[in-house]
Formats: sequence, structure tokens, C-alpha cells
Amino acid sequence: MVTDILLGKNDNVEGVFTFFGMKFFAPSVILTTGTFMSGKIWVGRTSMSAGRAGESASHGLTENLQRLGFETDRLKTGTPARVDCRTVDFSGLELQRGDEEVSWFSFDPDFHIEREQMCCYLTRTTKITHQLIKDNLNETPTYGGWVEAKGPRYCPSIEDKIVRFEDKESHQIFLEPEGRNVPELYVQGFSTGLPERLQLPLLRTLPGLENCSMLRPAYAVEYDYLPAHQCSRSLMTKKIEGLFFSGQINGTTGYEEAAAQGIISGINAARHSDGKPLIVLERESSYIGTLIDDLVTKDLREPYRMLTSRSEHRLLLRSDNADSRLTPLGREVGLIDDRRWKMYQDKQARIEDEKERLKTVRISGGDLAADVTQLSGQPVKDSSTLETLLKKPHIQYKLLDKHGFGNNMLSRKEKECVEIDIKYEGFILRQQIQLQQMVHKQHRLLPKDLDYYSMTTLSLEAREKLSKVRPQTIGQASRVGGVSPADITALLIILESNQRKAQEQRRQQMLASLTVDSETDSMSKAPLTGTINS
Amino acid sequence: MALLPSLRSAITYFYRPMKPPPAVISSLLLSKRLSFFSSPSPTPKTFQTLRPLATTSQESILVFKNDERLVGSGSVNGIEQIQSQSSSTIAAIVTSLGGPPAAVGIVRLSGPAAVEIAGRVFRPAGKKKRKKKRISSDSWRPTSHVVEYGVVLDSQGNVVDEVLAVPMLAPRSYTREDVVELQCHGSEVCLRRVLRACLEAGARLAEPGEFTLRAFLNGRLDLSQAENVRNLVSAKSIAAADAALAGIQGGFSSLVKSLRAQCIELLTEIEARLDFDDEMPPLDLNLIMEKIHSMFKDVENALETANYDKLLQSGLQIAIVGRPNVGKSSLLNAWSKSERAIVTDVAGTTRDVVEASVTVSGVPVTLLDTAGIRETDNIVEKIGVERSQAVARGADVIIMTVSAVDGWTAEDAKLLDWIQSIKSSNGSSIPTILVINKMDCASSTCDEWVEREAESFSKHIFTCAITGEGVKDLETAILEIVGLNLIPAGGRRWTVNQRQFEQLVQTKEAFQRLKSSIEEEMPLDFWTIDLRDAALALGQISGEDISEEVLSNIFGKFCIGK
Repeated sequence: MVTDILLGKNDNVEGVFTFFGMKFFAPSVILTTGTFMSGKIWVGRTSMSAGRAGESASHGLTENLQRLGFETDRLKTGTPARVDCRTVDFSGLELQRGDEEVSWFSFDPDFHIEREQMCCYLTRTTKITHQLIKDNLNETPTYGGWVEAKGPRYCPSIEDKIVRFEDKESHQIFLEPEGRNVPELYVQGFSTGLPERLQLPLLRTLPGLENCSMLRPAYAVEYDYLPAHQCSRSLMTKKIEGLFFSGQINGTTGYEEAAAQGIISGINAARHSDGKPLIVLERESSYIGTLIDDLVTKDLREPYRMLTSRSEHRLLLRSDNADSRLTPLGREVGLIDDRRWKMYQDKQARIEDEKERLKTVRISGGDLAADVTQLSGQPVKDSSTLETLLKKPHIQYKLLDKHGFGNNMLSRKEKECVEIDIKYEGFILRQQIQLQQMVHKQHRLLPKDLDYYSMTTLSLEAREKLSKVRPQTIGQASRVGGVSPADITALLIILESNQRKAQEQRRQQMLASLTVDSETDSMSKAPLTGTINS
Repeated sequence: MALLPSLRSAITYFYRPMKPPPAVISSLLLSKRLSFFSSPSPTPKTFQTLRPLATTSQESILVFKNDERLVGSGSVNGIEQIQSQSSSTIAAIVTSLGGPPAAVGIVRLSGPAAVEIAGRVFRPAGKKKRKKKRISSDSWRPTSHVVEYGVVLDSQGNVVDEVLAVPMLAPRSYTREDVVELQCHGSEVCLRRVLRACLEAGARLAEPGEFTLRAFLNGRLDLSQAENVRNLVSAKSIAAADAALAGIQGGFSSLVKSLRAQCIELLTEIEARLDFDDEMPPLDLNLIMEKIHSMFKDVENALETANYDKLLQSGLQIAIVGRPNVGKSSLLNAWSKSERAIVTDVAGTTRDVVEASVTVSGVPVTLLDTAGIRETDNIVEKIGVERSQAVARGADVIIMTVSAVDGWTAEDAKLLDWIQSIKSSNGSSIPTILVINKMDCASSTCDEWVEREAESFSKHIFTCAITGEGVKDLETAILEIVGLNLIPAGGRRWTVNQRQFEQLVQTKEAFQRLKSSIEEEMPLDFWTIDLRDAALALGQISGEDISEEVLSNIFGKFCIGK
């Protein structure tokens, strides 16, 4: 268990110090403390120090980070109860199957090992559930009034749902298996702050769970995090070179959020150790970029979860083009080997060729045209290209396949890419153009040493917030809460005049030194010039 | 010997006003380089873009990559072209407004699309009229610093004004961007209409001091001027903020606010489904489409009624109606400060419609005195009454006059019924002001019935036509009713209105795109893009961030989440 950070002479990290007195040296250190840092779990009114059920918390690190000047704060999140799937009667429950066509995180087909999918089940809260909760509201932390901090908005506890949406007679509850070889079922949508003695009776009010046994009660966990404005967008801390924060320590929640930060902090920690410049994914490049930009810029009051609507550019940030957006970067930083790179390039080439083919192949009449007319409700002109057909509403690539106009060289995913690129070309292009215009303005870098407090033309709030967040670009500055468009204009003016002043100074210095030189020069050469002039 | 010339060149070199380094940021260079790199034959120079530029490891590289698939799709040109456009094109009236009208006024356009936008509104004279379609594709290619004569057309193709167009192409202009100045006739109406045409053609209304700001940021002004710019811009943006606040009550702002709220609401509905589809009831598409259509209509109506210029040009027709002998003609005389109408104590003196012209805050107003309306057998008076009714039907505002001496009579009630039954051409009833005349002779207080009857009127005013008392109040009431109080000459509120107008134009465009997305049956994600644009356009003045608002709405409104 790490309890302290070892510092070098230049405020750089040198390693870590553990509870049992060992020192581990490293040029880069990533802290991923999860919910463990001074973690405390709550069930009802009872709490114990722990990072997770059955795992002890980490102590001492918070205080030592504070001693180094870091600001810490506390967050709360929760997890629902787990029940034993062998004690659940699934016969009356609605089956929730997985997708028929499996989607993968990885673009590498070598990792696409299809296995039998497990089902989830849907049950619902009943009148008795609601009654039981209403009768015991004073036993819950929020309504009993002993915990003021509210949990994240997107993880409302069941008591919250029942109080806030009183007219709803029933809420959906999903039963999700936690693994292929474990009996635990995750009772999604049923997190609660009720004491353990009430939790089993509460679970048993749900249809199918009448005789269930509870393997672990629902609990809330409270832990220390470090508001992420203390990191730059490379996830390295601004204070200590070589020290990175990643995951829940930055105030996020969720697996994908952790993975997104993990890859960036991992890449950058490695690059830092190698003495290479760190990389930053811009907000507009990816959801990873959006996530990190939000984290380090915005004042977050609850654990951060990535949601589609958090990105302004979601037509461009899609899963089907994640590879064409980010694989080239992966290649540059050395994460994509030759095999993957060739695979990627071949795929892009296939998509490109196919789009070209669809532009050139024309049809006149025939079954396909008839089908298209019928499905889209639009007429098909003679000698239409396949591309124009695909642009019509309700027409999918599958239809081309059906009539033998598809391309068997392409995988299903690749066909989807082709379809998206063609169908939504206009939209995508328009967003892309908007984005480019914005990028021009927003990616202008801000000097690191700006003294915001001296900028009297900025609003007081903007001065304070900017000094705290210290954004890297103009765009990031404009997203800091409390900074208005007028503040940004004022900031641009200040930057410009500073630049002019610096130029002016350089010019003066140059001139001064030149004059001195020329004076001495002209003195020594005076006779010579004199002769020439005469 | 050779030292001197070289020295001189060194000095001139350093003396030359230095251009600031181009504002192209490293990441863009990066992505541009990448797009070469991604061209058909990928070179093995993989690390080129990430090579440290003599940096310490502290320094980081910002990565913004284009989607390679998109770049490769042959649309590169379109994007590259736009890439060079670093900023939007702005427009404003740059000569002063509000004073006595000058002979000439100037609307200035500045920015990468200045020529293109000017080309859309400006038709050089002497060239034969071309077909509309060709005009739009045929771009105007002016020679820099050569004046051209022609006309400005609005979006419907009507001539707005005769102008001289002065193109000043980058960098030989005040802002160092492409600038086109349109020299118009000096009247405010002309200038506003020309400006509006430019806004409709795609320009953005300039922020206060923005031309100077751009001149400065583009390296046009020297350092000593810089401090002035800073003060100017900050002072003006405070003024603009004040103006925005002052305008909160006026103009379209309530409409803008309500439209924005509706957009956010729709976004909430749709975006909640994007992340929590399985936990939500299905979306009521018909309801959503209905809402979008009604919002679109609201915007169109607002833009229609926003035609203040029309009002300024044609003026107002005000009909004064009432029972015989309540003092209509005296009111006309008092108002126009003339003896235009014959005044006697005999009921029914006025037989025909008497006109008089007055000016209310610069708006020409035609007052129409009418015969007292009553049942009559006298043939001449009967015709007079019919004419009164015809005049009332065509008026912009009706002033119904009653006598404080007689109080509210049955005939007054009947007349009111009749007035309320008239509908103007657009289907809404004509705004009517109740004037209680002869206040000086009123024996008792008439508060009781006035209070009761005033509800049927837009306003009520007490006057004494003999002394002229109350006429000022009447003028104010009229201005308020037609909304002209919101646009005092060149004042702050007008600016706000103009901005709101621009917001509405942008909103309308977003809605148009939205409608076509719906018609083309695009997926819901696409709807949110245009809704977002609309909400952004509507929230522009305050520059609010939408995402957080939508999110808190989603979680406030719906019961979702793990």
C-alpha cells in the first residue's frame, strides 16, 4: 500500500513509499486510487473504513498529497445488492437478450472470440416495495438527514426514484449476471441506503426474488479524490512532474471512463519516462478528449460519467470511425504494430474503394430499383448510381446485397461504414466544417505563466477561475465556468498586446545593440568612410 | 565599406512593423501534415508529427486528428477551403445613427466571406438582369479599391437602396480582412434594411468595437493604440451587456427565451433516449414534430412582424371614433395643433373623414377624424357613419373617444361591440385605445366605469381636448402598442432587437435543416444537432452552455440511471 510520493529536487517524482517502509523508484508514477483513498463504506447508519466490500481502505496518502499542496475533496457513489442467481425464480421474468449481432470494443478481429451470450432479466418494483420504502424513509441517509452529500444524478437510489417520481407505480429493475462462473446477480436500478436488515425484505418484494438470498448488501462508498483541475490534459499533475492521476481519483465513475484515462495516462507516463513530449487528445478528437477536457476544466460536483450528450460533435465521434480517428495516433505513439497497421490500412482501402465503386456503378430499372422505390417512396431515375440509391431513406446496404449489387469483400462493419459515409455525407461534412472553423479559434495556446489576477479587464470571477484552472488553450478557457465570451475577448486582446510589447522590447534591444555596434563600427571605420565620401 | 548598406538593411528589417505569427496552431499544422501523410502511399516516416520540437518532456503536443476516412473521401477540398477561413464575417452600420439623418451612411462587411455576402445582396448596375439561379452561382468579383455603383436587394429580390460598393480586399483594409463597404442613403430605414439584407445573406452582426478589435488582432494597429482598443472594447462590452439586460423586457426577448426553453426541452426528450433508451418510454414522434412545426411558425411570425422599417416608411393610420359630440374633432385639432376640423356643440358636425398628419417619435401618423357613429335617418350623416366604419376597419390603431361628462352609455357599449367585431386583415383585432375626453368638465369621478370598461381596451387615457392635456400620454400609449417604444433612434434597445433578429434568422435556418432531416427520415441523433444549433443561436447573448442544462433536465425529468 502506497502512502507517500518520493520527490526529487525539481518537484519531480522519483518513486513511491509504502506502508511497510519500502521505496520503489520510478521516473513516472500513476496514482489510480479508485474508491480506496480514505474510503469508507456505508450500509444504513453504519460505516466502516474500506475501499470496497471486503477490501481495506488506503490511509495516509491523502494527508501526504495535501502536504505537497494538493487540494482534495470527497465523493460518494453506491452499488446495489448482489443476490444468488440460484435462488431466483426466473420463470415469470421477462428475458432481456443480448444483441443478436455482437459488437466489439476492439477493431482487431483476433480478439473477436464469440461466446454464448448470457441473458439479463427484467423485474419491477411492486406496491409493497414502494410501501416498505416509504415506511422506512427515515432510515435512509438522504431522507433521514445524516448524509448531506447527494449521490450522482444518474445513479439515483431506489428511495430517490420513489420519492421524486411519486406518480410512477413501478420502476424497472434489471437482473444482470456478473460472470459466467459466479452466482452473483447485480440488481441494477436498486441501489439503496437502507440498513442491511431491511434490504433482504425489500429485495423479496420483487417478483422472482421472493425467496432469494442476498450475497452482499447494497452500500454507499465515500472516498477522497483530487479535483482534476490540478492535472493538465495529459493527466500529469501540474505541481509534480512525472506524477499522473487516473480514474476515480480524478472524480470519474465507471469502467469506460477509467479505461479512457488509463490509456492516456499510461501512454504519457511511458513517454515521460522516455523523455518524449506528452500527448493530449483535443476535445474534438474523441470522447476520451471530451472526458479529460471536462474533467480538468469544469467544476464537477458529482462523479463524472460519460454520456453521449456531453460531446458537441457526436456526429463525428462515432464508434464506426473510432479507428480512423485514433488508430493513426496509436501508430505514431507505437501502440499499433505492423500487423494491426496493415489491417487498418487494408480496411480503409476497402471502404474507400467500395465508396468509389458505388459512385460509378449505375442501374436502370430492374428489381433493385423497384424495391428502392417501394421502400423509400421515392422514384428511381434511369442510370442512377448505387450511391444515390443508398442516400434515399430506408435504403440500407443490405438491400444491395440482396439484389447482388453488394461487395462480398467487405465485412458487415465495413459495409456499415460505407453506408454511414454515404448516407450522412452532407451532415458529416457540415459538422466537420463547423468543427474546423472552431478549432482554428479555440486551439490557440495560452502561455503557461499568465498572471490572470493582473488582468483588470477580466471579470473578477473569470480571474479567479482562470487562475485556478490555468487552461492550456483559448477554447479550454472559454469552457471554464464563470468565464464569459466578453472575458475571452478581453483575454485575446491582452495576449495580443503582450505579444506586441515583447516584440517592441526585442526591437528596442536590437536597435540599441545595433546602435552601439554601429557607433563603435563607424568610429573605427570613420576615416575610411570619410575618404569615400570625399 | 559594405558594412553600411548591410547595416541599413538590418535596421529596416527590424523596423518593419512585424506581422504577428500566423494564428495557425501547431495541432492544425499537425493534422494538415497528417492528411498528406494519409495519402495513398503511406510513408514510413511515422514519427514525423510527434517529433519533439526541441522541447522538454514537460511540453505536450495537442492532438486533433481528422477522421482519416472523411479526409480520404474526396471532400478534402471543401474542408481545406473552409480551413482558411479563420473567423466569421461581420457587418454593422458604421456611421452614426440617431442624429439628424446624414446624406450618406455606410454598412461595413468584414471577414473572409465579405465579398461573397456582398455579392449576394449587391447587384452592380449596368449588367443585364440575369435569371435568379444564375445570379446565385455567379459570384461578384470586384477589383480592390474600385468603387462600383448598383443596388442592394433583399432576400426576396426587392430593391432596398441604391448604393456604392467599395471593396477593399485583404490585407489592404482597416481590419486586414476582406472588407466591403456599402454606401447607402443616410436614412436609418435604408441603413437598417441594407444591414438586415447582409445579415440574411450570412453575415453576423458585429459586436461593439469588433472591427477595431479585428484590426488590432490582425496586426493592423500599433501598440499605443492597443491600450485604447482594450478600453474601448471592454467599455463597449459592458455597455452591450447593459443593453442586453435592458432589453430583457423588450423586443423578442420573451419569445427568444421561450423558444430556447422549448428547444432545450426537446433536446432533453431526445438525448435522454440516446443514452438511456432501454429505460424510457418510446418517444412520441408526432408530438415532437408538432412542437417543432409550431416553433418554426413562431419564428416566422416574429420575423414577419419584425418589419419595423415597413412601419417607419408607411406610417400609422389612426382612426378616432366615438359617439357624436364627445370631442373627436377637438382631439384631432389639439393633437395636430391646427383648426383642421370644424368644432361645434352640435352633435354630428363632422360628416366626412377629416385627415391630419402628425409625427410621433419620427413615425408619420395620419389621424382620421370621423363622423360620430349613431343610428341616423339623415342621408348625409348616414354616409358619414358608413365612412367612419370603413376608416376604422382599415386603421392600425383605433382611438375610441367617450365623454367623461356623459360616462359610459349604452351607445358606447354598442360601438365597442362593433369595434371588437372588426378583424384586421391578418385576423387579429385592431388595438384600441379608450380616450376619456372632457376631463375638465367631469362632474363626478368616473373611475368606477373606467376601471370596468378599460379591460376591453389596450390602453386608456384621460384627455382634455380643449387644453391639449393628455395628448402626450396618448402618443406614448400608441408607441407602446405598436412596439415602437422598443426602437428609439439608434438607441441601445434597437441594437438588442437587431441581435435578436439575427438570432431568429439563425434559428429559422436551423429549423429549416431540422425539418428537412425529419422529412428525409434521418435518425434522431441528427435532429439534436440542429436543435442544438437553434438553442445555441437563441442563447447567444448570454453565451450559455447547453450541455449541462440538458443533462440536468434529463436527470430532473426522467427516472433513469443505474
